[in-house]
Amino acid sequence: MSSTDTQQIVEQRIYEILDTFGVDSSAMRRDATFADLEIDSLDLVELAQIVEEEYGVQLTSEDAAKLETLGQAVDLIASRMP
Amino acid sequence: MAADRCALVTGASGSIGSAIARQLAVDGWRVAVNYRQDEDGAARTVTAIEAEGGRAYAVRADVTQPEAAEAMFASLEAQFGHVAALVNNAGVVADGLCALMPDDDWARVMDTNLGAAFRLTRRALRGMLRTRFGRIVNISSVVGMRGNPGQANYAASKAGLLALTRTVASEVGRRGITVNAVVPGLIETPMAGDRYDEWIPLVPARRVGLPQEVAACVGFLASESASYVNGATLVVDGGLTA
Repeated sequence: MSSTDTQQIVEQRIYEILDTFGVDSSAMRRDATFADLEIDSLDLVELAQIVEEEYGVQLTSEDAAKLETLGQAVDLIASRMP
Repeated sequence: MAADRCALVTGASGSIGSAIARQLAVDGWRVAVNYRQDEDGAARTVTAIEAEGGRAYAVRADVTQPEAAEAMFASLEAQFGHVAALVNNAGVVADGLCALMPDDDWARVMDTNLGAAFRLTRRALRGMLRTRFGRIVNISSVVGMRGNPGQANYAASKAGLLALTRTVASEVGRRGITVNAVVPGLIETPMAGDRYDEWIPLVPARRVGLPQEVAACVGFLASESASYVNGATLVVDGGLTA
């Protein structure tokens, strides 16, 4: 699978997860910030847990602190996938 | 009470832990009875709960081991239910004057009483955040509020539990999770023996407390009724620190 495919799959999955958190799906774009989407620190903790369970990728609180946009999160997770 | 969730009580083979486990079972919880070595004590707790019509499950784990939290939660989630309530009750003492205290006595008490509570809380929050509900009750001690000669390690660990309680409460309160502390005073346990006798005149109630009197407070804090009690310290000491 190419890295572009991986990124697309991760992006789609993250949007699905955020949708279950009640985030407005029409506002989900790569350049949307977590602040814009009103995704709080506990949402990020939950997202990190799901990503770890599904992809085996661990996100630390240090990682989470650096992430501002959905695109950054997608790229980071995709880059660490086995 | 939903059938697929349970309450985990650490150190539930001892007298206060056992009373807490029994109280939670009476309140309708399925109860995971954690123990480290006292298999007979845990079995007695389970038998007592079952005799009263409740459901209990003994789970052996040394909570000082870093991997214990994951192993215990994975086992409970697979076989008994999602952990919706956690009571951090396991505790040890290793008394001695600070000036003479070996590093090992400091570390062992801090790790059992405080470190394990942190690790179990961290693991418990995973499920609680997802389900938007959780009850965590930390069993502290009046020694953590007032100090007591010979118990620098124990007092520091129990004071640390109060700070852990307040901090985690403020982090996760918006997810329907409450984190509170119960602070027992002089409680009648086999371990205490007669060493409380000289203290009783200082207790306004003029007696020691019973494990059930601590357990009743834990039962309340774990209940739906306590939904707006968060980060609180509930002192159960017959007025000793009043």
